Amino acid sequence: MTSLPAPSAKKLGLVIDLDTCVGCQACATSCKEWNTSGYSAPLSDHDPYGADPHGAWLNRIHAYDVGKGATSRTVHFPRSCLHCETPACVTVCPTGASYKRAEDGIVLVNPDTCIGCKLCSWACPYGAREYDYADGVMKKCTLCVDRIYNETLDPQDRVPACVKACPTGARHFGDLGDESSAVSQLVKAREGYDLMPEMGYKPVNKYLPPRPRRDAATTPSTPSTAAPVKTDGSATEKLFAWADKLLSR
Amino acid sequence: MHPAYSVILFTTASGAGYGLLFWLAILSVFDNLPADLTLGMAGLGLAFALISGGLLSSTAHLGRPERAWRAFSQWRTSWLSREGIAAVATFVPFGLFAFGWIMLGQNQGIFGFVALIAAAMSIITVWCTGMIYQSLPTIRAWHQPLVSPVYVALSLASGGVLALTLLRLFGHESEDFGWVVVTFLAASLLLKRVYWSFIDAAPRDRTSGTATGLGRFGRVRPLEAPHTQANFVMREMGYAIARKHAAKLRMIVQLIGFVVPFLALVLTLTAAGPLTLPLTILGLLAVMFGVALERWLFFAEAQHVVTLYYGAEAA
Repeated sequence: MTSLPAPSAKKLGLVIDLDTCVGCQACATSCKEWNTSGYSAPLSDHDPYGADPHGAWLNRIHAYDVGKGATSRTVHFPRSCLHCETPACVTVCPTGASYKRAEDGIVLVNPDTCIGCKLCSWACPYGAREYDYADGVMKKCTLCVDRIYNETLDPQDRVPACVKACPTGARHFGDLGDESSAVSQLVKAREGYDLMPEMGYKPVNKYLPPRPRRDAATTPSTPSTAAPVKTDGSATEKLFAWADKLLSR
Repeated sequence: MHPAYSVILFTTASGAGYGLLFWLAILSVFDNLPADLTLGMAGLGLAFALISGGLLSSTAHLGRPERAWRAFSQWRTSWLSREGIAAVATFVPFGLFAFGWIMLGQNQGIFGFVALIAAAMSIITVWCTGMIYQSLPTIRAWHQPLVSPVYVALSLASGGVLALTLLRLFGHESEDFGWVVVTFLAASLLLKRVYWSFIDAAPRDRTSGTATGLGRFGRVRPLEAPHTQANFVMREMGYAIARKHAAKLRMIVQLIGFVVPFLALVLTLTAAGPLTLPLTILGLLAVMFGVALERWLFFAEAQHVVTLYYGAEAA
Protein backbone atom coordinates (compact mmCIF):
# COMPACT_ATOMS: atom_id res chain seq x y z
CA MET A 1 0.00 0.00 0.00
CA THR A 2 1.32 3.39 -0.89
CA SER A 3 -0.82 5.09 1.75
CA LEU A 4 1.62 6.06 4.47
CA PRO A 5 1.46 4.13 7.74
CA ALA A 6 0.86 5.99 11.00
CA PRO A 7 4.14 7.60 12.07
CA SER A 8 6.28 4.95 13.73
CA ALA A 9 7.92 5.53 17.10
CA LYS A 10 11.07 3.99 15.72
CA LYS A 11 12.71 6.09 13.00
CA LEU A 12 15.84 4.39 11.75
CA GLY A 13 18.16 6.59 9.80
CA LEU A 14 21.63 7.98 9.28
CA VAL A 15 23.43 10.98 10.67
CA ILE A 16 26.12 12.25 8.33
CA ASP A 17 28.93 14.40 9.64
CA LEU A 18 29.97 16.90 6.98
CA ASP A 19 32.83 17.99 9.22
CA THR A 20 34.68 14.71 9.14
CA CYS A 21 33.67 13.24 5.78
CA VAL A 22 36.78 13.17 3.59
CA GLY A 23 35.04 12.17 0.35
CA CYS A 24 36.93 8.87 0.05
CA GLN A 25 33.90 7.11 -1.57
CA ALA A 26 34.36 4.06 0.70
CA CYS A 27 30.69 4.26 1.74
CA ALA A 28 29.55 4.42 -1.88
CA THR A 29 31.64 1.45 -2.98
CA SER A 30 30.81 -0.70 0.02
CA CYS A 31 27.13 0.16 -0.51
CA LYS A 32 27.35 -0.95 -4.12
CA GLU A 33 29.22 -4.10 -3.13
CA TRP A 34 26.70 -5.15 -0.48
CA ASN A 35 23.54 -4.18 -2.30
CA THR A 36 24.40 -5.57 -5.71
CA SER A 37 24.00 -8.99 -4.12
CA GLY A 38 21.56 -8.00 -1.37
CA TYR A 39 17.92 -6.90 -1.20
CA SER A 40 18.06 -4.82 -4.39
CA ALA A 41 20.21 -7.20 -6.39
CA PRO A 42 21.40 -6.55 -9.00
CA LEU A 43 22.62 -2.95 -9.18
CA SER A 44 23.37 -3.06 -12.88
CA ASP A 45 26.11 -1.16 -14.65
CA HIS A 46 26.12 -0.12 -18.27
CA ASP A 47 29.19 0.05 -20.44
CA PRO A 48 31.38 -0.32 -17.32
CA TYR A 49 34.69 -0.39 -19.21
CA GLY A 50 33.60 1.74 -22.17
CA ALA A 51 33.31 5.41 -22.97
CA ASP A 52 30.05 6.09 -21.08
CA PRO A 53 30.04 3.98 -17.93
CA HIS A 54 27.05 4.47 -15.65
CA GLY A 55 24.92 2.39 -13.38
CA ALA A 56 22.60 2.25 -10.41
CA TRP A 57 24.19 3.39 -7.16
CA LEU A 58 22.35 4.12 -3.94
CA ASN A 59 24.81 6.57 -2.47
CA ARG A 60 26.52 9.47 -4.23
CA ILE A 61 29.30 11.60 -2.77
CA HIS A 62 29.51 15.19 -3.99
CA ALA A 63 32.24 17.69 -3.13
CA TYR A 64 31.45 21.39 -2.90
CA ASP A 65 33.57 24.46 -2.68
CA VAL A 66 31.89 26.61 -0.05
CA GLY A 67 32.65 30.28 0.54
CA LYS A 68 35.34 32.40 -0.98
CA GLY A 69 38.96 33.23 -0.41
CA ALA A 70 40.82 32.53 2.82
CA THR A 71 37.69 31.36 4.66
CA SER A 72 36.50 28.97 1.94
CA ARG A 73 36.32 25.28 2.59
CA THR A 74 35.80 21.99 0.78
CA VAL A 75 32.77 20.06 1.98
CA HIS A 76 32.25 16.43 0.98
CA PHE A 77 28.57 15.72 0.77
CA PRO A 78 27.18 12.17 0.72
CA ARG A 79 23.66 11.97 -0.71
CA SER A 80 21.32 9.00 -0.35
CA CYS A 81 17.71 8.26 0.63
CA LEU A 82 16.71 10.21 3.74
CA HIS A 83 13.85 7.81 4.63
CA CYS A 84 11.46 10.77 4.93
CA GLU A 85 8.48 10.69 7.27
CA THR A 86 6.14 11.94 4.51
CA PRO A 87 7.79 10.67 1.33
CA ALA A 88 5.94 11.63 -1.85
CA CYS A 89 7.95 8.96 -3.69
CA VAL A 90 5.76 6.44 -1.84
CA THR A 91 2.38 8.11 -2.29
CA VAL A 92 2.80 8.72 -6.05
CA CYS A 93 3.59 5.04 -6.71
CA PRO A 94 0.71 3.56 -8.75
CA THR A 95 1.41 -0.07 -7.88
CA GLY A 96 2.15 -0.12 -4.18
CA ALA A 97 5.72 -1.31 -4.87
CA SER A 98 7.06 1.70 -2.97
CA TYR A 99 6.25 1.59 0.69
CA LYS A 100 7.28 2.91 4.08
CA ARG A 101 7.65 0.27 6.76
CA ALA A 102 5.30 0.78 9.69
CA GLU A 103 7.70 -0.75 12.21
CA ASP A 104 10.85 1.31 11.64
CA GLY A 105 10.12 3.87 8.90
CA ILE A 106 12.47 2.43 6.28
CA VAL A 107 11.36 3.31 2.73
CA LEU A 108 11.66 0.36 0.37
CA VAL A 109 10.78 -0.69 -3.18
CA ASN A 110 9.38 -4.15 -3.77
CA PRO A 111 11.40 -5.24 -6.83
CA ASP A 112 8.77 -7.85 -7.73
CA THR A 113 5.89 -5.39 -8.21
CA CYS A 114 7.65 -2.20 -9.41
CA ILE A 115 6.71 -1.41 -13.05
CA GLY A 116 9.58 1.01 -13.60
CA CYS A 117 7.42 4.07 -14.36
CA LYS A 118 10.04 6.32 -12.67
CA LEU A 119 7.40 8.64 -11.20
CA CYS A 120 8.90 8.16 -7.71
CA SER A 121 12.21 9.55 -8.96
CA TRP A 122 10.35 12.65 -10.17
CA ALA A 123 8.72 13.04 -6.76
CA CYS A 124 11.99 12.82 -4.80
CA PRO A 125 13.75 16.18 -4.28
CA TYR A 126 16.94 14.46 -3.17
CA GLY A 127 17.67 12.32 -6.24
CA ALA A 128 17.72 9.26 -4.04
CA ARG A 129 16.08 6.87 -6.45
CA GLU A 130 17.87 5.49 -9.48
CA TYR A 131 16.40 3.44 -12.28
CA ASP A 132 18.11 0.19 -13.11
CA TYR A 133 18.08 0.13 -16.90
CA ALA A 134 18.81 -3.60 -17.06
CA ASP A 135 16.47 -4.73 -14.29
CA GLY A 136 13.64 -2.35 -15.32
CA VAL A 137 12.82 -1.35 -11.74
CA MET A 138 13.75 1.46 -9.35
CA LYS A 139 16.57 1.04 -6.85
CA LYS A 140 17.12 2.95 -3.63
CA CYS A 141 18.88 2.83 -0.28
CA THR A 142 17.40 0.05 1.88
CA LEU A 143 19.25 1.22 4.99
CA CYS A 144 20.78 -2.25 4.59
CA VAL A 145 17.61 -3.82 5.90
CA ASP A 146 19.28 -7.16 5.16
CA ARG A 147 22.21 -6.34 7.50
CA ILE A 148 20.72 -4.47 10.42
CA TYR A 149 18.36 -7.29 11.43
CA ASN A 150 20.62 -10.08 10.18
CA GLU A 151 21.25 -12.48 13.03
CA THR A 152 23.84 -14.44 11.06
CA LEU A 153 26.12 -11.39 11.30
CA ASP A 154 28.07 -10.50 14.41
CA PRO A 155 26.21 -7.83 16.42
CA GLN A 156 28.81 -5.15 15.63
CA ASP A 157 28.27 -5.77 11.92
CA ARG A 158 24.52 -5.17 12.06
CA VAL A 159 24.80 -1.64 10.70
CA PRO A 160 24.46 -0.35 7.13
CA ALA A 161 27.45 -1.17 4.92
CA CYS A 162 28.24 2.53 4.43
CA VAL A 163 28.46 3.11 8.20
CA LYS A 164 30.66 0.06 8.66
CA ALA A 165 33.00 1.18 5.86
CA CYS A 166 33.48 4.84 6.81
CA PRO A 167 37.11 5.29 7.90
CA THR A 168 36.53 8.61 9.65
CA GLY A 169 33.36 7.77 11.55
CA ALA A 170 31.41 10.36 9.60
CA ARG A 171 28.35 8.14 9.28
CA HIS A 172 26.18 7.17 12.23
CA PHE A 173 23.23 4.80 12.28
CA GLY A 174 20.47 4.64 14.85
CA ASP A 175 16.94 5.39 15.94
CA LEU A 176 16.20 9.08 15.42
CA GLY A 177 12.74 8.60 16.91
CA ASP A 178 14.31 7.89 20.31
CA GLU A 179 15.50 11.12 21.91
CA SER A 180 17.94 9.33 24.16
CA SER A 181 19.68 7.43 21.35
CA ALA A 182 23.31 8.21 20.55
CA VAL A 183 22.37 9.58 17.12
CA SER A 184 19.66 11.86 18.54
CA GLN A 185 22.12 13.16 21.14
CA LEU A 186 24.67 13.78 18.42
CA VAL A 187 22.14 15.70 16.32
CA LYS A 188 21.26 17.77 19.37
CA ALA A 189 24.87 18.51 20.31
CA ARG A 190 25.99 19.39 16.79
CA GLU A 191 22.80 21.12 15.59
CA GLY A 192 22.08 18.57 12.90
CA TYR A 193 19.75 19.75 10.15
CA ASP A 194 17.30 18.55 7.50
CA LEU A 195 17.92 18.89 3.77
CA MET A 196 15.35 21.14 2.06
CA PRO A 197 12.90 21.23 4.99
CA GLU A 198 10.71 23.62 2.95
CA MET A 199 9.72 20.71 0.68
CA GLY A 200 7.80 19.24 3.62
CA TYR A 201 9.05 15.66 3.23
CA LYS A 202 10.37 15.58 6.83
CA PRO A 203 13.63 13.67 6.25
CA VAL A 204 14.70 11.30 9.02
CA ASN A 205 18.40 11.39 8.10
CA LYS A 206 20.23 14.40 9.49
CA TYR A 207 23.36 16.25 8.42
CA LEU A 208 25.88 17.67 10.89
CA PRO A 209 27.30 20.99 9.66
CA PRO A 210 31.04 21.54 9.35
CA ARG A 211 32.49 22.86 12.62
CA PRO A 212 33.69 26.50 12.71
CA ARG A 213 37.18 27.00 11.32
CA ARG A 214 39.95 27.04 13.88
CA ASP A 215 42.38 29.30 12.01
CA ALA A 216 43.47 31.22 15.08
CA ALA A 217 44.29 28.13 17.08
CA THR A 218 46.15 26.33 14.33
CA THR A 219 48.33 29.20 13.07
CA PRO A 220 51.85 28.59 14.43
CA SER A 221 52.70 31.12 17.15
CA THR A 222 55.93 33.12 16.89
CA PRO A 223 58.81 30.76 17.81
CA SER A 224 60.06 31.36 21.34
CA THR A 225 63.64 32.56 21.43
CA ALA A 226 65.57 30.08 23.50
CA ALA A 227 67.75 31.54 26.18
CA PRO A 228 71.43 31.37 25.17
CA VAL A 229 73.16 28.38 26.67
CA LYS A 230 75.80 29.30 29.17
CA THR A 231 79.16 27.69 28.66
CA ASP A 232 81.39 26.60 31.42
CA GLY A 233 84.51 26.14 29.28
CA SER A 234 85.11 22.53 30.33
CA ALA A 235 87.22 20.15 28.19
CA THR A 236 84.19 18.00 27.33
CA GLU A 237 82.35 21.02 26.09
CA LYS A 238 85.32 22.08 23.97
CA LEU A 239 85.45 18.56 22.52
CA PHE A 240 81.75 18.68 21.52
CA ALA A 241 82.16 22.16 20.09
CA TRP A 242 85.11 20.93 18.02
CA ALA A 243 83.10 17.86 16.83
CA ASP A 244 80.13 20.05 15.99
CA LYS A 245 82.33 22.38 13.97
CA LEU A 246 83.98 19.45 12.20
CA LEU A 247 80.67 17.76 11.35
CA SER A 248 79.09 20.99 10.25
CA ARG A 249 81.61 21.51 7.46
CA MET B 1 12.93 17.01 -17.35
CA HIS B 2 13.68 14.50 -20.07
CA PRO B 3 10.79 14.45 -22.57
CA ALA B 4 9.85 10.79 -23.04
CA TYR B 5 8.50 10.51 -26.58
CA SER B 6 6.06 7.76 -25.63
CA VAL B 7 4.53 10.04 -22.98
CA ILE B 8 4.27 12.96 -25.43
CA LEU B 9 2.64 10.71 -28.01
CA PHE B 10 0.31 9.28 -25.36
CA THR B 11 -0.90 12.58 -23.94
CA THR B 12 -1.27 14.20 -27.38
CA ALA B 13 -3.09 11.27 -29.00
CA SER B 14 -5.31 10.25 -26.11
CA GLY B 15 -5.98 13.91 -25.28
CA ALA B 16 -7.36 14.44 -28.80
CA GLY B 17 -9.20 11.11 -28.60
CA TYR B 18 -10.93 12.01 -25.34
CA GLY B 19 -11.75 15.45 -26.73
CA LEU B 20 -13.28 13.86 -29.85
CA LEU B 21 -15.35 11.49 -27.71
CA PHE B 22 -16.47 14.42 -25.55
CA TRP B 23 -17.67 16.48 -28.51
CA LEU B 24 -19.39 13.57 -30.27
CA ALA B 25 -21.31 12.91 -27.06
CA ILE B 26 -22.19 16.57 -26.53
CA LEU B 27 -23.27 17.02 -30.16
CA SER B 28 -25.41 13.90 -29.99
CA VAL B 29 -27.29 15.10 -26.94
CA PHE B 30 -27.44 18.85 -27.42
CA ASP B 31 -27.18 19.36 -31.20
CA ASN B 32 -29.31 16.46 -32.51
CA LEU B 33 -26.36 15.01 -34.40
CA PRO B 34 -27.87 12.16 -36.44
CA ALA B 35 -26.67 8.65 -35.55
CA ASP B 36 -25.12 8.29 -38.99
CA LEU B 37 -23.42 4.90 -39.28
CA THR B 38 -20.31 6.06 -41.20
CA LEU B 39 -19.82 9.05 -38.93
CA GLY B 40 -20.26 6.79 -35.89
CA MET B 41 -17.81 4.21 -37.19
CA ALA B 42 -15.24 6.83 -38.19
CA GLY B 43 -15.63 9.19 -35.21
CA LEU B 44 -15.98 6.69 -32.39
CA GLY B 45 -13.51 4.33 -34.09
CA LEU B 46 -10.92 7.10 -34.35
CA ALA B 47 -11.53 8.15 -30.74
CA PHE B 48 -11.05 4.53 -29.66
CA ALA B 49 -7.88 4.18 -31.74
CA LEU B 50 -6.38 7.41 -30.38
CA ILE B 51 -7.26 6.63 -26.75
CA SER B 52 -6.19 3.00 -26.71
CA GLY B 53 -3.16 3.66 -28.93
CA GLY B 54 -2.10 6.42 -26.57
CA LEU B 55 -2.61 4.23 -23.52
CA LEU B 56 -0.59 1.43 -25.10
CA SER B 57 2.23 3.79 -26.05
CA SER B 58 2.36 5.06 -22.47
CA THR B 59 3.35 1.57 -21.34
CA ALA B 60 6.37 1.78 -23.64
CA HIS B 61 8.30 3.90 -21.14
CA LEU B 62 7.78 1.36 -18.36
CA GLY B 63 10.66 -0.86 -17.32
CA ARG B 64 8.24 -3.75 -16.77
CA PRO B 65 5.21 -3.19 -19.04
CA GLU B 66 3.92 -6.71 -18.31
CA ARG B 67 3.18 -5.57 -14.77
CA ALA B 68 1.22 -2.47 -15.86
CA TRP B 69 -2.05 -3.93 -14.49
CA ARG B 70 -0.70 -3.39 -10.98
CA ALA B 71 -1.01 0.37 -11.55
CA PHE B 72 -4.77 0.21 -10.95
CA SER B 73 -4.37 -0.53 -7.25
CA GLN B 74 -3.21 2.69 -5.56
CA TRP B 75 -6.02 5.13 -6.36
CA ARG B 76 -6.07 6.31 -2.74
CA THR B 77 -2.84 8.30 -3.11
CA SER B 78 -1.52 8.12 -6.68
CA TRP B 79 -2.75 10.30 -9.54
CA LEU B 80 -1.09 7.93 -11.99
CA SER B 81 -3.18 5.10 -10.60
CA ARG B 82 -6.32 7.26 -10.71
CA GLU B 83 -5.60 8.14 -14.32
CA GLY B 84 -5.27 4.46 -15.24
CA ILE B 85 -8.56 3.59 -13.54
CA ALA B 86 -10.39 6.56 -15.07
CA ALA B 87 -9.02 5.69 -18.52
CA VAL B 88 -10.21 2.09 -18.31
CA ALA B 89 -13.54 3.01 -16.68
CA THR B 90 -14.28 5.44 -19.54
CA PHE B 91 -14.38 2.50 -21.93
CA VAL B 92 -17.63 1.26 -20.29
CA PRO B 93 -19.91 4.23 -21.11
CA PHE B 94 -17.90 4.75 -24.31
CA GLY B 95 -18.64 1.15 -25.38
CA LEU B 96 -22.36 1.49 -24.58
CA PHE B 97 -22.54 4.79 -26.47
CA ALA B 98 -20.81 3.23 -29.49
CA PHE B 99 -23.09 0.18 -29.28
CA GLY B 100 -26.19 2.37 -29.36
CA TRP B 101 -24.90 4.53 -32.18
CA ILE B 102 -23.35 1.90 -34.45
CA MET B 103 -25.46 -1.19 -33.74
CA LEU B 104 -28.86 0.35 -32.95
CA GLY B 105 -28.61 3.69 -34.74
CA GLN B 106 -29.42 5.56 -31.54
CA ASN B 107 -27.36 8.23 -29.82
CA GLN B 108 -30.03 9.80 -27.66
CA GLY B 109 -32.31 8.82 -24.82
CA ILE B 110 -30.58 6.22 -22.69
CA PHE B 111 -27.61 6.29 -25.08
CA GLY B 112 -27.45 10.05 -24.75
CA PHE B 113 -27.25 9.51 -21.00
CA VAL B 114 -24.30 7.10 -21.28
CA ALA B 115 -22.76 9.51 -23.80
CA LEU B 116 -22.78 12.25 -21.19
CA ILE B 117 -21.17 9.90 -18.68
CA ALA B 118 -18.49 9.10 -21.27
CA ALA B 119 -17.97 12.83 -21.86
CA ALA B 120 -17.57 13.50 -18.12
CA MET B 121 -15.22 10.53 -17.72
CA SER B 122 -13.11 11.82 -20.63
CA ILE B 123 -12.58 15.14 -18.85
CA ILE B 124 -11.85 13.38 -15.55
CA THR B 125 -9.23 11.16 -17.21
CA VAL B 126 -7.42 14.08 -18.84
CA TRP B 127 -7.64 16.01 -15.57
CA CYS B 128 -5.95 13.09 -13.77
CA THR B 129 -3.17 13.13 -16.38
CA GLY B 130 -2.52 16.78 -15.61
CA MET B 131 -2.62 16.12 -11.86
CA ILE B 132 0.24 13.60 -12.17
CA TYR B 133 2.45 16.56 -13.05
CA GLN B 134 0.69 19.25 -11.03
CA SER B 135 1.00 17.27 -7.79
CA LEU B 136 4.82 17.17 -7.83
CA PRO B 137 6.30 19.86 -5.54
CA THR B 138 9.79 19.04 -6.84
CA ILE B 139 9.16 20.76 -10.18
CA ARG B 140 8.15 24.39 -9.88
CA ALA B 141 6.91 24.74 -13.47
CA TRP B 142 4.52 21.82 -12.95
CA HIS B 143 3.38 22.56 -9.40
CA GLN B 144 1.02 25.25 -10.70
CA PRO B 145 -2.78 25.35 -10.51
CA LEU B 146 -3.16 25.82 -14.29
CA VAL B 147 -1.44 22.58 -15.37
CA SER B 148 -4.55 20.36 -15.28
CA PRO B 149 -6.88 23.02 -16.74
CA VAL B 150 -4.45 23.46 -19.65
CA TYR B 151 -4.40 19.69 -20.24
CA VAL B 152 -8.21 19.65 -20.39
CA ALA B 153 -8.41 22.79 -22.54
CA LEU B 154 -5.93 21.43 -25.08
CA SER B 155 -7.73 18.10 -25.16
CA LEU B 156 -11.05 19.83 -25.92
CA ALA B 157 -9.48 22.19 -28.47
CA SER B 158 -7.62 19.49 -30.42
CA GLY B 159 -10.52 17.03 -30.10
CA GLY B 160 -12.87 19.80 -31.24
CA VAL B 161 -10.91 20.49 -34.42
CA LEU B 162 -10.81 16.74 -35.04
CA ALA B 163 -14.59 16.43 -34.52
CA LEU B 164 -15.27 19.39 -36.82
CA THR B 165 -13.06 17.85 -39.51
CA LEU B 166 -15.01 14.58 -39.33
CA LEU B 167 -18.38 16.37 -39.40
CA ARG B 168 -17.34 18.21 -42.53
CA LEU B 169 -15.87 15.07 -44.12
CA PHE B 170 -19.18 13.26 -43.67
CA GLY B 171 -21.38 16.20 -44.53
CA HIS B 172 -22.72 17.16 -41.13
CA GLU B 173 -21.64 20.77 -41.14
CA SER B 174 -22.58 22.61 -37.97
CA GLU B 175 -21.74 26.29 -38.00
CA ASP B 176 -22.51 26.75 -34.30
CA PHE B 177 -20.08 23.99 -33.42
CA GLY B 178 -17.45 25.59 -35.64
CA TRP B 179 -17.63 28.74 -33.53
CA VAL B 180 -17.48 26.68 -30.33
CA VAL B 181 -14.23 25.09 -31.53
CA VAL B 182 -12.78 28.46 -32.49
CA THR B 183 -13.68 29.78 -29.03
CA PHE B 184 -11.98 26.82 -27.37
CA LEU B 185 -8.83 27.39 -29.45
CA ALA B 186 -8.70 31.02 -28.36
CA ALA B 187 -9.45 30.16 -24.73
CA SER B 188 -6.78 27.48 -24.53
CA LEU B 189 -4.19 29.81 -26.05
CA LEU B 190 -5.10 32.40 -23.44
CA LEU B 191 -4.87 29.81 -20.65
CA LYS B 192 -1.47 28.60 -21.87
CA ARG B 193 -0.17 32.17 -22.00
CA VAL B 194 -1.32 32.78 -18.44
CA TYR B 195 0.43 29.53 -17.45
CA TRP B 196 3.66 30.73 -19.06
CA SER B 197 3.42 34.07 -17.28
CA PHE B 198 2.91 32.17 -14.00
CA ILE B 199 6.01 30.03 -14.40
CA ASP B 200 8.09 32.99 -15.56
CA ALA B 201 7.05 35.01 -12.51
CA ALA B 202 7.50 32.16 -10.01
CA PRO B 203 10.38 32.95 -7.64
CA ARG B 204 13.45 30.76 -8.11
CA ASP B 205 14.55 30.99 -4.50
CA ARG B 206 15.96 27.49 -4.07
CA THR B 207 19.72 27.41 -4.54
CA SER B 208 22.59 25.00 -4.10
CA GLY B 209 23.05 26.75 -0.76
CA THR B 210 19.56 25.89 0.48
CA ALA B 211 19.63 22.38 -1.02
CA THR B 212 22.83 21.42 0.78
CA GLY B 213 22.15 23.56 3.85
CA LEU B 214 25.66 24.97 3.41
CA GLY B 215 24.61 28.40 2.17
CA ARG B 216 25.28 29.89 5.61
CA PHE B 217 29.02 29.40 4.99
CA GLY B 218 28.99 31.23 1.67
CA ARG B 219 28.40 30.45 -1.95
CA VAL B 220 28.17 26.71 -2.72
CA ARG B 221 29.77 25.57 -5.97
CA PRO B 222 30.32 22.00 -7.15
CA LEU B 223 33.97 21.03 -6.87
CA GLU B 224 33.88 17.38 -7.76
CA ALA B 225 30.98 15.37 -9.19
CA PRO B 226 30.13 12.04 -7.57
CA HIS B 227 30.57 10.22 -10.88
CA THR B 228 32.40 10.79 -14.15
CA GLN B 229 29.45 10.11 -16.49
CA ALA B 230 25.85 11.25 -16.21
CA ASN B 231 23.78 8.93 -13.99
CA PHE B 232 20.06 8.21 -14.15
CA VAL B 233 19.17 11.28 -12.09
CA MET B 234 21.04 13.57 -14.48
CA ARG B 235 19.72 11.83 -17.59
CA GLU B 236 16.10 11.85 -16.41
CA MET B 237 15.91 15.06 -14.38
CA GLY B 238 18.84 17.08 -15.73
CA TYR B 239 17.40 17.72 -19.20
CA ALA B 240 17.01 21.45 -19.71
CA ILE B 241 16.47 23.68 -22.69
CA ALA B 242 18.14 27.03 -23.18
CA ARG B 243 15.81 29.92 -22.33
CA LYS B 244 16.26 31.62 -25.70
CA HIS B 245 15.21 28.40 -27.47
CA ALA B 246 12.24 28.07 -25.16
CA ALA B 247 11.07 31.57 -26.12
CA LYS B 248 11.28 30.69 -29.83
CA LEU B 249 9.49 27.39 -29.34
CA ARG B 250 6.73 29.08 -27.36
CA MET B 251 6.21 31.39 -30.31
CA ILE B 252 6.04 28.42 -32.71
CA VAL B 253 3.53 26.65 -30.44
CA GLN B 254 1.32 29.74 -30.38
CA LEU B 255 1.51 30.35 -34.12
CA ILE B 256 1.14 26.80 -35.43
CA GLY B 257 -0.88 25.30 -32.61
CA PHE B 258 -3.41 28.08 -32.17
CA VAL B 259 -3.21 31.03 -34.57
CA VAL B 260 -3.07 28.93 -37.78
CA PRO B 261 -6.04 26.67 -36.90
CA PHE B 262 -7.93 29.65 -35.48
CA LEU B 263 -7.56 31.67 -38.70
CA ALA B 264 -8.18 28.67 -40.94
CA LEU B 265 -11.41 27.80 -39.14
CA VAL B 266 -12.63 31.39 -38.95
CA LEU B 267 -12.05 31.62 -42.69
CA THR B 268 -14.12 28.51 -43.34
CA LEU B 269 -16.89 29.82 -41.10
CA THR B 270 -17.11 33.29 -42.62
CA ALA B 271 -16.50 32.44 -46.28
CA ALA B 272 -17.58 28.92 -47.19
CA GLY B 273 -16.12 27.65 -50.43
CA PRO B 274 -14.23 24.81 -52.05
CA LEU B 275 -11.32 25.41 -49.69
CA THR B 276 -13.37 24.59 -46.56
CA LEU B 277 -12.21 20.99 -46.26
CA PRO B 278 -8.51 21.61 -47.09
CA LEU B 279 -8.44 24.51 -44.62
CA THR B 280 -10.09 22.41 -41.92
CA ILE B 281 -7.53 19.63 -42.43
CA LEU B 282 -4.73 22.20 -42.35
CA GLY B 283 -6.13 23.43 -39.04
CA LEU B 284 -6.24 19.88 -37.71
CA LEU B 285 -2.63 19.12 -38.68
CA ALA B 286 -1.49 22.45 -37.22
CA VAL B 287 -3.24 21.99 -33.88
CA MET B 288 -1.95 18.42 -33.48
CA PHE B 289 1.61 19.49 -34.25
CA GLY B 290 1.26 22.47 -31.91
CA VAL B 291 -0.04 20.37 -29.02
CA ALA B 292 2.76 17.79 -29.45
CA LEU B 293 5.36 20.57 -29.45
CA GLU B 294 3.68 22.22 -26.44
CA ARG B 295 3.92 18.92 -24.59
CA TRP B 296 7.61 18.53 -25.45
CA LEU B 297 8.21 22.07 -24.23
CA PHE B 298 6.25 21.33 -21.04
CA PHE B 299 8.92 18.76 -20.19
CA ALA B 300 11.93 20.61 -21.53
CA GLU B 301 11.13 23.80 -19.59
CA ALA B 302 10.54 21.98 -16.31
CA GLN B 303 13.49 22.13 -13.94
CA HIS B 304 13.70 19.57 -11.16
CA VAL B 305 14.98 20.69 -7.76
CA VAL B 306 17.54 17.85 -7.66
CA THR B 307 19.56 19.70 -10.32
CA LEU B 308 20.70 21.98 -7.49
CA TYR B 309 23.01 19.20 -6.29
CA TYR B 310 24.51 18.98 -9.76
CA GLY B 311 25.48 22.60 -10.28
CA ALA B 312 22.22 24.42 -11.11
CA GLU B 313 22.33 27.88 -9.53
CA ALA B 314 18.65 28.16 -8.69
CA ALA B 315 15.40 26.26 -9.10
